[in-house]
Amino acid sequence: MNNWEMVLAIIGLAVITVATRGFFLYPEQDLPLPAWLRQGLRYAPLAALAAVVAPEVVMTQGHLITTFKDARLYGTLAATAYFFWRRGILGTIVTGTLVLVVLRIGLGW
Amino acid sequence: MSDVLAPPIWRHPEFARGSRDMVGVSLGIAAWGLVTGVAMAKSGLPLPISCLMSLLVFAGSAQLAALPLLVSGAPVWMVWAIALCVNLRFVIFSAQWRPYFAHLPRWQRMLRGYFTADLNYVIFMARFPEPRPAPEQEPYFWGGVATNWPSWQLPTLAGLLLGDAIPTEWGFGFAGILALLGLLYSLLSDRASWVAAGVACAAAIAAAALPLKLNVVVAIAAAVAIGLLMDHVTPAEAKPVEDNT
Repeated sequence: MNNWEMVLAIIGLAVITVATRGFFLYPEQDLPLPAWLRQGLRYAPLAALAAVVAPEVVMTQGHLITTFKDARLYGTLAATAYFFWRRGILGTIVTGTLVLVVLRIGLGW
Repeated sequence: MSDVLAPPIWRHPEFARGSRDMVGVSLGIAAWGLVTGVAMAKSGLPLPISCLMSLLVFAGSAQLAALPLLVSGAPVWMVWAIALCVNLRFVIFSAQWRPYFAHLPRWQRMLRGYFTADLNYVIFMARFPEPRPAPEQEPYFWGGVATNWPSWQLPTLAGLLLGDAIPTEWGFGFAGILALLGLLYSLLSDRASWVAAGVACAAAIAAAALPLKLNVVVAIAAAVAIGLLMDHVTPAEAKPVEDNT
């Protein structure tokens, strides 16, 4: 791909961002979305978050990890403990990352 | 753009609130952006192209998915197909944005569509669980964007420029995942939401072999199905997910 083709590809990607993020926003008429689906969609945000987080914690290159010597597990545990103790997201991030980095640099996990 | 970001909106208290609610997760966004920037720098994509991509596309996981294809010279339709699949979750989210934004003129809807990344969606829905328009929503929304956009773009550009100087093997990119984890916990209010999240985790791991991050779409479908089932078994609990941070 030459540079101009890449620029074209990137403009296309930006269009895809706009098209997907606003997909149901653009029609002038309401699309007939059944009430039960509308109600069920309240579970979509937490499901999307869980679906992105879970594999990142317990999988490596598409396989479940088979060891407990994985810094991510303890980082996640520490972050979880902090969250349910204090309920602050910033502290959750800092606690989990600190535990992870210490284990990874200190013990090589 | 000018009447969207005109002074009155800046000064609205909801603008500050939207901005503040995003600050809590912005450290995670920043770490994630930095790692994305480093990955783009190491991919061999020319620097100006990478910068353009980050600034225009504004969708981290789609960028990361499209990167190897761009570099290897795959056909352009394939690059777009990959990004489309990775962005499918946004299509689901947009159905939920509609009741809040449907009354706006089309260009406003497109502008908002562009800026509604994952975290804007989660935080906005937690703040306004009732799906109907309200005057505080506009300043709240743009306040969140005003924090989210720079906390993603600046670290991404830093990662692009510094590249190898940043030791990603320390794993601080995990901060982005922890930000999502904290947000997830803040959405778990009743039993149905805990069960739905558990089902989503299991489905995402079980379906991880699917290409193009389609496991995320599978997990959303599974969680919505189980959530609906639980709402119908125990109708008294069928209330909007609440923010309890």
